[in-house]
Amino acid sequence: MAANPMSQFDVYRIGPEIKVGAFDISFTNASLFMILSTVSILLIFNLGSKKNSILPNKIQLLAELSYTFVSKMISDTAGSKAKPYFAFIFSLFMFVLFCNMFGMVPYTFTVTSHIIVTFVLAAFIFIGVTVIGFIKHGFGYLKLFVPSGVPAILLPLIVVIEIISYLSRPISLSVRLFANMMAGHTMMKVFGGFVISLGIVGGWLPLSFSVALTGLEILVAFLQAYVFAILTCIYLNDALNLHH
Amino acid sequence: MVKKIYFWSIFFSFFFIKESFAAESGGMPQLNPEFWVSQIFWLILTFGIMYLILSKLILPKISNNLESRKSQILENIEAAEKQREDSDVKLKEYDEIISKSKHEANSIFNQAREKALKDISAKREILDKQIDNEISEAEKEIDALRKNAPDKINKIAIETSSEILQKLIGAEVNNSSISAIVDDLSKRNGDKYYGN
Repeated sequence: MAANPMSQFDVYRIGPEIKVGAFDISFTNASLFMILSTVSILLIFNLGSKKNSILPNKIQLLAELSYTFVSKMISDTAGSKAKPYFAFIFSLFMFVLFCNMFGMVPYTFTVTSHIIVTFVLAAFIFIGVTVIGFIKHGFGYLKLFVPSGVPAILLPLIVVIEIISYLSRPISLSVRLFANMMAGHTMMKVFGGFVISLGIVGGWLPLSFSVALTGLEILVAFLQAYVFAILTCIYLNDALNLHH
Repeated sequence: MVKKIYFWSIFFSFFFIKESFAAESGGMPQLNPEFWVSQIFWLILTFGIMYLILSKLILPKISNNLESRKSQILENIEAAEKQREDSDVKLKEYDEIISKSKHEANSIFNQAREKALKDISAKREILDKQIDNEISEAEKEIDALRKNAPDKINKIAIETSSEILQKLIGAEVNNSSISAIVDDLSKRNGDKYYGN
């Protein structure tokens, strides 16, 4: 009985063990769903960009709506300077969204429910944003930690707080997505387990909860992808337009 | 009874759940580093390839499509505006032509009417003159006739009276004496007959 709600997060090898040096890079179920997500993204957007008709068909409309959605999100939060990073943020949003949504299909694996995956993404964003900030502003980027209009007495405290908050960005970004995904899926599994163990008599209550949770989780899956992308935009905005 | 069974089944089922959780709980698989490297490797591989394909091939195409559609729609709107303006100009021209031709028709009509009126008045004048002439001639004739009438009557009266006298008396009477009598009579009675 797969009653352990955490067993859905198990990673297991598919096929032979592949080792490069000391590192194990075997193909796992996580890799399978990463490939599935990326392939479906590429497929949808390739189909959506193939034909250029004045009246778009459904798939073209989908691709173009996502394009304008993400481009509007970027221009709203990070301004016009963020245009070169559009492709990255678009891929990021789509990747997280598709991984989250694939996780909503029963018996699948949720790539983004693993802290290592979200942390690698967040760390890459953090390092990239920091590098962009230093390239654009030189050491002036450090002014980010010194907000203007703060009394001189409070300044040491504020600077320490700002530095901590800046350094905790990758952690908060990665943990937010990972924890949301894990908590939602665990909860659904727990309620699913209740349905089985309470049987035909008492199982209806947790079943109805489960149905409601599924809707909520689909919302969360979209929302977390959006939050992940928009926070990336906000960090990018800090690096591109030094506001402090 | 049913209620009791229901209650106990729920009660026991919680025990079972607790037991099964206790038996299988082994912490979070996420924190097991066994496959971390593999996940990082596959993440970078898949995400990198997807990013490259999206940024180099697909996204430029979508933005091209959007731009071309935008420009095409703008062009169409412009063309439609131009055509509307053209049609407005043509409509104005048409209106002008119509009003011009109306004016022309009006003036032609007026001219024709004036001409006709002139003709009519000229002809009427001629006719009036003719009629006046004829009337005056007729009056003259009448006047002449009227002037001659007493003489003729006198003559007739003289001849008739001479013939009557001849038949009655059987002898010829001197015409001059008869005419003197008739003249005298006519002078006396002329006013009675002619009303002059």
